[in-house]
Amino acid sequence: MGALGYSSGQIWLIIVLLALGTFALRFSFLAILGDRTLPQFLLRLLRYTPVAVIPGMVAPLVLWPAATGGEPDPLRLTAAVVTLFVGVATRNVIWAILAGAVVLVGGIWLTGQL
Amino acid sequence: MTQITPTKAFLQGLRRSLPFILVVVPFATLFGVVATEAGLDLIQTMGFTALVIAGAAQFASLQMMQDQAPILMVLLAGLAVNMRMAMYSASLVPYLGKAPLWQRALAAYILFDQSYAVSLDRFEQEPDLTIPARIAFFFGVAIPISILWCGTTAVGALVGSAIPSSMGLDFALPITFIALIGPMLKSLPHVAAAVVSVVGALALGWMPSGVGLLVAASLAMLTGALVEDWSSRWVR
Repeated sequence: MGALGYSSGQIWLIIVLLALGTFALRFSFLAILGDRTLPQFLLRLLRYTPVAVIPGMVAPLVLWPAATGGEPDPLRLTAAVVTLFVGVATRNVIWAILAGAVVLVGGIWLTGQL
Repeated sequence: MTQITPTKAFLQGLRRSLPFILVVVPFATLFGVVATEAGLDLIQTMGFTALVIAGAAQFASLQMMQDQAPILMVLLAGLAVNMRMAMYSASLVPYLGKAPLWQRALAAYILFDQSYAVSLDRFEQEPDLTIPARIAFFFGVAIPISILWCGTTAVGALVGSAIPSSMGLDFALPITFIALIGPMLKSLPHVAAAVVSVVGALALGWMPSGVGLLVAASLAMLTGALVEDWSSRWVR
């Protein structure tokens, strides 16, 4: 159990603000009556938000995993590459997760760390 | 064109939501497991999942919390991942904009990738659908998925503590994120944005917690939009 460094109040603050912010994003345009739309270029920027945020967040976690004290770990790197490959090839999130999990857990078991 | 009743539209939506059980159940279970492993209690985990109802954003902010990032950065990471919801909201206005406010608010609360994609597809193919039928169809897709999402998160939270931590759970989040990215890399602009995001985040890792990521993500979004602009001109 890795205890988080936040108080219970801070955790609830994060949850409630994240919920309100997410709802605001979702309701934003539906709340405004009429057919006003965003400028074309802004819509185009928004389209790339997930693919712009998630890879950058994940790259340091893959290269310098916390579990090995920040040292690059061949097993976790392999699991990451396999997950990406299966995700691109099958276009299916669940298959990709399963493939990565099999490599990771199988590798941990084979190297006797379990 | 015959008009279908809202009840029938709801049932049609329900049927369209069934395949997503295969996606939602494992994903929500994983959130329950990872959140409790990270140190959230059952009520916090359930509050998180029921109030936010956005898988990728929940994982993203949880990751920032595990990195002990400042609260503002935790929120920005989660909301950045959810920016696309504003785009969904905008593109549903022509179809749902004239429904009663409370219905639009409820629909917004459970507007996520699956409910959006399935509904927009239906609305575009059948422009004659009445507004009550559209709303009913949307709820038919979204309500069962939302209930399933919360229920299976609880299962994950309850069984999570039974899984030994040496099983590599530290890497469950990165694997989930990479699995989410794979299917998104469907065009040159998407790949370009992802590459800029990775290179930028690694190069700016020296910046204070979360700031480098925000800068890298902004550059990556701009890259995606510009590459899309250029490549559409090349094709023409």
